[in-house]
Amino acid sequence: MHRSRAIRNIRLGIKNLMLHKLRSMLTVLGVVFGVGSVIAMLAVGEGASREALEQIRKLGSNNIILSALKPVEDEQTSGRTAFMSMYGLLYEDEQRIRQTMPAVVRAVPVKHVRKEGRLGERALELRVMGTTADWFAVVNRPVLAGRKLTQSDLDGQAAVCVLTEYGTRRLLATEHTIGQSLRIGGDYYEVIGIVQSEQSSGSIQTPDQEVDAYIPLNVAQARYGDISMRRSAGSQEMEMVELHMILVQVRSSDEVEPTADAIQSMLKRFHKKEDYRISVPLALLRQAEATKRTFNIVLGSIAGISLLVGGIGIMNIMLASVTERTREIGIRRAIGAKQRQIIGQFLIETIVLSTVGGLIGIAIGMMIPWLVTRLAGMPTIVPAYGIVLSLCISVGVGIVFGLYPAVRAAKMDPIVALRHE
Amino acid sequence: MAAPAADASRPAAQEELIVLQDVHKIYQMGTAQVKALAGVSLSVRRGGFWAIMGPSGSGKSTMLNLLGCLDRPTRGRYVLNRHDVSTLSDDGLSEIRLREIGFVFQSFNLIPQLTVQENIELPLYYQGWAAARSAERAEELAAMVGLGDRSGHRPTELSGGEQQRVAVARSLANDPSVLLADEPTGNLDSATGQQIMELFAELNRRGKTIVLVTHEPHIAGYAGHRLHMRDGRVDRIEAEA
Repeated sequence: MHRSRAIRNIRLGIKNLMLHKLRSMLTVLGVVFGVGSVIAMLAVGEGASREALEQIRKLGSNNIILSALKPVEDEQTSGRTAFMSMYGLLYEDEQRIRQTMPAVVRAVPVKHVRKEGRLGERALELRVMGTTADWFAVVNRPVLAGRKLTQSDLDGQAAVCVLTEYGTRRLLATEHTIGQSLRIGGDYYEVIGIVQSEQSSGSIQTPDQEVDAYIPLNVAQARYGDISMRRSAGSQEMEMVELHMILVQVRSSDEVEPTADAIQSMLKRFHKKEDYRISVPLALLRQAEATKRTFNIVLGSIAGISLLVGGIGIMNIMLASVTERTREIGIRRAIGAKQRQIIGQFLIETIVLSTVGGLIGIAIGMMIPWLVTRLAGMPTIVPAYGIVLSLCISVGVGIVFGLYPAVRAAKMDPIVALRHE
Repeated sequence: MAAPAADASRPAAQEELIVLQDVHKIYQMGTAQVKALAGVSLSVRRGGFWAIMGPSGSGKSTMLNLLGCLDRPTRGRYVLNRHDVSTLSDDGLSEIRLREIGFVFQSFNLIPQLTVQENIELPLYYQGWAAARSAERAEELAAMVGLGDRSGHRPTELSGGEQQRVAVARSLANDPSVLLADEPTGNLDSATGQQIMELFAELNRRGKTIVLVTHEPHIAGYAGHRLHMRDGRVDRIEAEA
């Protein structure tokens, strides 16, 4: 019976609001925009941190990625003449990092070279990655078949390679290919394993690529050396790079940033030019959080102001409505309605009003993130708790701003109210 | 005052429904005090039909507000159907109005956005009746006042007489111990007014206690007792034999 009373009250509230459709709609706009901003704010924030978390997942939150970077001045002076540019990370860098920094658990040196891989009729341009067994500990991808590189492969300078799933597919290989030889450039390697490939999507640059083939670092050093030749439109260019990448894994995420700073100052000391880049996945999260915070401040203020103005608007209209319906209040009181029943009636009306505003706001609020994604390319996610929160906010606005008019209605002297014209 | 004596001739078996003892009502108007009622005593038995008459300012509206539990006496005692209502809280007065009193006003006072049926149901709604049962009772009452076919209409779609019938039906919904009417025919033409008065007379014949305020002698003529007020006091009481 109580539920049917509540439904009757709500129906009566809707009926009264429908008597003034335009007025009710205009009244509710503030709440609509307020709730819309809340939803948009949460969606953008959630999207940003979800993306950052995704990046972290792919790059590893405890990792620091150092990569070789060709300095800008070298790029310019290379011109048409043959020129040898020397840059990048050094074998010594890797040793220094491993030996002098206690927080570093692993440092994985990588030397890569682009070579064509050939298996029977099929060919694929591979990024041949000379590295150590630790690579697979830092870039942890599932092994689909066979095995990873091991220390004994390095010790024995074994001519073995691990392919990615993508490479395997492109070369029309299967797990039966394991044990067979793959020709890379002019050399032969025994395929020992297949790992899952991680395709880098959007702005996320993972250390591994789909076209990787992993071989022991010392084999790469012995077969390809440190000097590579690049031929491009009319010019011939020699490059000398010892290491293209060093992956550093740190004990805990607290130590990531101090370690990155330490590496930075160490590299600065030993490198004349800025021929390296340090990227810290954890910093991406910080950046995402900063973005989120900025968005939250801007949209939060909009939301707050809209809700305040919307609430005041609702209060204003309800006060007018109470005055208009003074006589109705008098009649209800004369018949025997208690003060709290009058409060309930008007409060339900404001709550219905603000909740309808909230629902419209949620609908609009879900379109804004969609537009942001569409136009600005920012990822957005409307979180379920955001919808619940918005509904609570709208009901709250209804209660807070409806209470005063409702109490005022209830406190009227029934005799005076009955005489009201 | 002389009031209790006036009823002494009535059969003693009839119980006293309304008892006023030396009731005063004083309003504070700025610094001045206005004595709206200056010591009224009155006793109305169950089944009585009373008309309160008097010039404007004589205190008859104040009387009706007090009898209707819309207001409390400044001094004195008011007992309605064995409830002492002189000192009740606002909620207590609401409860008494809800259970014991039915109001009929001069200007009908129906709620315009509700249908006839919903208006009649209003007291039942506040009493917490289930929707189906209260709809059934509203239907019966509408039929009783001759508006069985108008349940779904809005008050504005009805004539004045019809609206007043709806108001009477509403005032009966809670089966009140007393029906209070404030100039119920004041907004109606004389023929329609007469029909409403016939309705009251019929209700009284069926045992309903009625108190109405009027300044028209021919309306007061329907009542068994006519109470004349002057300057906040009972001037005299005429009773039919």
